[in-house]
This record gives sequence, structure tokens and C-alpha cells, in this order.
Amino acid sequence: MNIQELLGIALGAILVNNFIFSQFLGICPFMGVSKSTDTATGMGLAVTFVMGLASAVCWPINRFILTSETLFPDGKNLAFMQTIVFILVIASLVQFIEMFLQKAMPSLYTALGVYLPLITTNCAVLGVVLQNTQSDYGFVSSLVYGVTGGLGFLLAIYLFAAVREKLEFAEVPKSFEGFPIALVTAGLLALCFGGFSGLSVFG
Amino acid sequence: MNFKEQFKEGLITQNPVTVQLLGMCSVLAVTTTLFNGIGMGLSVLVVLTCANVVISLLRKIIPNKIRIACYIVVIATFVTIVDLLLKALLPDLSESLGTFIPLIVVNCIILGRAEAFAAKNSVAASAVDGICQGIGYTIILVIMSMFRELLGAGTFGGGILNGGLGIRVIPEEYAIAAMTRPVGGFLTLAFVIAAMQYFLNKPKKVTEKKEVASA
Repeated sequence: MNIQELLGIALGAILVNNFIFSQFLGICPFMGVSKSTDTATGMGLAVTFVMGLASAVCWPINRFILTSETLFPDGKNLAFMQTIVFILVIASLVQFIEMFLQKAMPSLYTALGVYLPLITTNCAVLGVVLQNTQSDYGFVSSLVYGVTGGLGFLLAIYLFAAVREKLEFAEVPKSFEGFPIALVTAGLLALCFGGFSGLSVFG
Repeated sequence: MNFKEQFKEGLITQNPVTVQLLGMCSVLAVTTTLFNGIGMGLSVLVVLTCANVVISLLRKIIPNKIRIACYIVVIATFVTIVDLLLKALLPDLSESLGTFIPLIVVNCIILGRAEAFAAKNSVAASAVDGICQGIGYTIILVIMSMFRELLGAGTFGGGILNGGLGIRVIPEEYAIAAMTRPVGGFLTLAFVIAAMQYFLNKPKKVTEKKEVASA
């Protein structure tokens, strides 16, 4: 595990394989809570936090229980239970964070509001955990991929919200009002992020 | 609530993708070839119908406070079944859909229908609702993948027809590669929803004009 490799994972997750613009994970909150930059930033930070935490918690569960070699020496492990276990871990994690924030940091809790419970059904969170297991990342790599993937989400949703605030005043054809024009905007942003594709950092 | 009405709702007036705006991620990601579109659509249809039936059966037993967690467990079970079946029977499709099959768990359409419909209605109605909404979702996927494949690769029916290569409609050098990229996904969905809004608003405009004329 060297620092170059981690830097490569980080830049890859933020720019090259951005969760929204190149992998299409987490589109629902991206479209749903991007009407103003304030809420978009709150949502982005919350998602980053949960993605990092979920990566950190799911890695030992996967390594030491589901695909453990000491528990299942003949290779008949519980890998097929991954989806169910991970989604339950994420759901309970979000619930715990909610209760913890309510008691310990009420100001942050009210700032995040309804976005916290919504993170459970954000496919970026389950997506990052599944990708960690598929690409056989170690603990540190998983954590870095989770946090930087979340930062990529934050960057994308902030840029999109900033454009969308201006879009309110634009005149668009009647059929394109509302959602379709937002999708066109997202498409143009995806085109920009497409410029990073194929870029490889540190080989 | 009759079958005809539910079918119309699932397909047009309450279409899960273009009107309720749910389940965007898979719609944008997998619609690069027709085979992927149909495979994903049918997988969601199966999971949605099964989950609707089970949740509707359990609707009087599940305590209100932990209902979301219960729904997720039911949905995750069926998603795992579909995932394993696809891996065994259609390994090619399973390969090209990748993580988007396990990600059906967090597809908002299924949780949304469980919460909005199956938790309040009878088993038969929930099953019909699952099938109708599933067909509505599949049709949008098929439309999107047909356009994206035609413009992006110049072929039709990739993955199924002509030994998996698809029938060539547009010569290779005229294909727009960007359409199979993320950009194309966003733009195609924008145009599909815009077209839907146009057709849904059209009848209203006609009646408004009539009112104006009669006044």
C-alpha cells in the first residue's frame, strides 16, 4: 500500500470515475436536492460521511464474516448474502448517525434535516461498498475510495446546483420546463467530466 | 381500481420514470443496448411484483415504525434471487449489467410502490400494480436503449439479434459515440420526458382553447 496508489484511487473517484457523471450512481438525490447550493452542500457532506463510514464498517464484515477463510475453509462462504447484509448495515448505520447527531450535535442535525434518512436509499452508498468488494480493495483503499467518491458526489451536486439556481430565470420551451432542462444541464456537465475519461494517474 | 385503469397509470399517466421520476440511475446507466434494456426492465418487473405481493401479504403484521427496514429486507431477498438466477442462466447479461442488478435494492421505484401502494391495498391489486409499473419502466428502458444504440453504435437489437452484434442500420463511421456515453444518457432521457410532457399536456390545451372559443 503506497501513497501513489491511494492518490490514484482518490483522483479516479473524484474526477475520472465520478459517481454521478460517469457511473450514474446517486442520481435520485442529485436531481432531488439540487435546487439551491446550500442544501446541495449539506447533502453532499452527509453522503460523503456515510459513504466513508459504510466503507469502513462493511469491509471487516465482508472480510472476517462473509468471506472468512477460517469460518468457511472449503470456500463455500456467504458471499451471496452481501447485498442483504450491506443494505441492512447501511440502513442501521444511517439510523445510528441520526440518533447520535440528534443528541450530540443538534445544530448539524437540523441542518441536514430530511436528507439523512434519504441516504439509505442512495445507490452511491451501496454502490461504493459493492465496488470495494468487487475490486478487492484493502481496508485503507476502501476507506479512501469511499470518502473520495463522496467528495466527487459533493463536487458534482454543488456544480449542478449552482447552474440550476441560474436556470430558474431562463426561458425554456414549454415541454422542457422543470425536469427535462435539468437533465440537459446534467448532460452538458457530464460532457465536461467526460474530458477526464481515460486519464490515468500514476500508471 | 380496475385493471385497465392501473395499466394506463403504470404506462402513461403515472409512469414510474417519466412522471414519478424514480429509479433514474439504472435507466441512465444500462440503456446502451436493447438486450441490456430489456434484461434490466424484466428484472425490475419480477422484483417489483414479488416484493409488492409479499409486502401486501404482510401489511397487517409489519409494525409501522420499522416498516422501511422490513420492506428493504423483503426487496433485498428477491434481488438476491434474481441476481443468482441471472448469473446462472444468462451470464453475459449479468456481466454487462454489473453492479446495477444488486443495486435494484435501492431502486426508488420498488420502495416507493411498496410504501405508496402495496402497504395499503389487497394482494391481487398489488400484484397487478407491480406488473403495470414494471411494464411502464421496461417500455421507457426499451425506448431509451433503442435510440441510444441506433445513434451511438448505428445498430438495432444488440445482444440478441444477429448473433449478439445487432443489425447495422447506420454505417459505422456515422455513429455518434457520445450517445452511448453518460452525456447521451442524460440527453436522451431529457428528450423522452419532454416528449411525454408534451403529449400529456396536449389534451388540456385543446380543451382550454375550446373554452376560450366558446367564451
